[in-house]
Amino acid sequence: MSNYIAEHIDEIRADFPILGEQVYGKPLVYLDNAATTQKPRCVVEKIAANYYKENANVHRGVHFLSQVATEAHEDARETVRRFINAKERHEIIFTRGTTEAINLVASSFGRAKVQPGDEILVTEMEHHSNIVPWQLIPGAVVKPIPFAEDGTLLVEQLEQLITPKTKLVACAQVSNTLGTINPVADIIKIAHSHGIPVLVDGAQSVPHTKVDVQALDADFFAFSGHKIYGPTGIGALYGKEEWLEQLPPYQGGGDMIDRVAFAGTTYAALPFKFEAGTPDFIGSTALAEALRYVEKLGVENIAAYEHELLTYATEQLKTVDGLRIFGESAQKSSVVSFLVGNIHPYDLGTILDKLGVAVRTGHHCAQPVMDHFGIEGTVRASFALYNTKAEIDQLVTAVKRVARMFK
Amino acid sequence: MTIAEKEAEIVSEFEFLTDWLDKYELIIDKGNQNPGIDPQYKTDQYLIEGCQSKVWVQAEYRDGKVYYQGESNTEIVGGMVSMLIDVLSGETPDDILAAELGFIDQIGLKEHLSPTRSNGLVAMVKQMRLYAMVFKEKSNEL
Repeated sequence: MSNYIAEHIDEIRADFPILGEQVYGKPLVYLDNAATTQKPRCVVEKIAANYYKENANVHRGVHFLSQVATEAHEDARETVRRFINAKERHEIIFTRGTTEAINLVASSFGRAKVQPGDEILVTEMEHHSNIVPWQLIPGAVVKPIPFAEDGTLLVEQLEQLITPKTKLVACAQVSNTLGTINPVADIIKIAHSHGIPVLVDGAQSVPHTKVDVQALDADFFAFSGHKIYGPTGIGALYGKEEWLEQLPPYQGGGDMIDRVAFAGTTYAALPFKFEAGTPDFIGSTALAEALRYVEKLGVENIAAYEHELLTYATEQLKTVDGLRIFGESAQKSSVVSFLVGNIHPYDLGTILDKLGVAVRTGHHCAQPVMDHFGIEGTVRASFALYNTKAEIDQLVTAVKRVARMFK
Repeated sequence: MTIAEKEAEIVSEFEFLTDWLDKYELIIDKGNQNPGIDPQYKTDQYLIEGCQSKVWVQAEYRDGKVYYQGESNTEIVGGMVSMLIDVLSGETPDDILAAELGFIDQIGLKEHLSPTRSNGLVAMVKQMRLYAMVFKEKSNEL
């Protein structure tokens, strides 16, 4: 591959100390990146540096350290804005991750805009975190947009699924289980032609593709830091200003108020209205560090490199007797879900682990996808910018070895 | 054989297997030796559902002893189920309740009995003990 990432893969791998670890005496082959990614040294060092040099509560202190920490936290917000090309910095709300971001919208939008019997459209391939929060809205009916056997979303059905009761469409840009890249721009266009807002779950897309929320015209966009080489417990919600202004606060507490009185409380301006309590200012700045790391390598370079890995993995896995891949959409990101013959994914994953290969097994928090195929679970290998073809070879060799054991 | 003797026998079978794959081959083999559960008990009533795998277990009480049958839908968990049944079946409730089942740790499979593994095995052991406890209570009442 003539690609920036391929040419610098040794240096890049050296940025991730954990990749040098061994498990059960074998070099770690980490292929569970859709669950969480490993962290480059600069991110870990940023966390330490924050605690050692810049730790003070943000937004309230007049003292020096508090001002430094506040500035770093707000700079991080600007980095997130730039990374997904939001229009305004105050359209970025820091959350604990994608799940909290979706729950925030479901809770605030639900209270303000959803009456019993109203409908929320999601896709059949959503992660549970983009299904259940909508089901928690009292009286809301959550309906799926189905997908075809190869994992491609049947977008053409969206038009007929929309009714006068449809209040919002929520859709993953990339499926965590099938790897399908959904045509969210088209979905947004269709929904907007009916005056319906769209929330995009970007947990699996942000690490692998260039995201421009303005070009997409997304109303809400959520992602997690830990899936893009950042720390756990920090993520972001983008919301169009006009929507965020209309919605009531999610949680109450410090930092989100303008004036509190028993006669009535007024709320702070955006983004603070949606950020009750002390924010994770250590996490936000470390997330910004991760985003800068990705920007430095180039999102397009990463996407091209990972596409090569996906193509190679798909070809090689297909040489395994009896292997079935779930999700073979033409538009696909770096996830391969598979089963081999009748081998249970728990058995396959357990032995792969002992061979040093870390993969995910089970339903991947997407039980409707499993129901669609009439299976209990799959084995999922998912790639990141530091994976190599040699690691894919190790995966394939290991899968073949396990297949022989269960014959 | 006592529970401890049966455990020791299993440990000795695993003792010389240094390679993980050999250990797992033996576990799978153990599962294949298990006659399984009578189909009439392979129902939700006897199901212990883990996040990753399923286990069915049933027990009967005859002449002061507990007899278990069970199986899993995965081969590795099935092998563990088979070994647990081998060790505990045909023993008295008191002996079953006193068993520490240290063999699982000794053969290096403790991780499968971790609650975080969510494979149904922890719940199965609990269920096996529960059967013993109930049978003991019932026999005390008589």
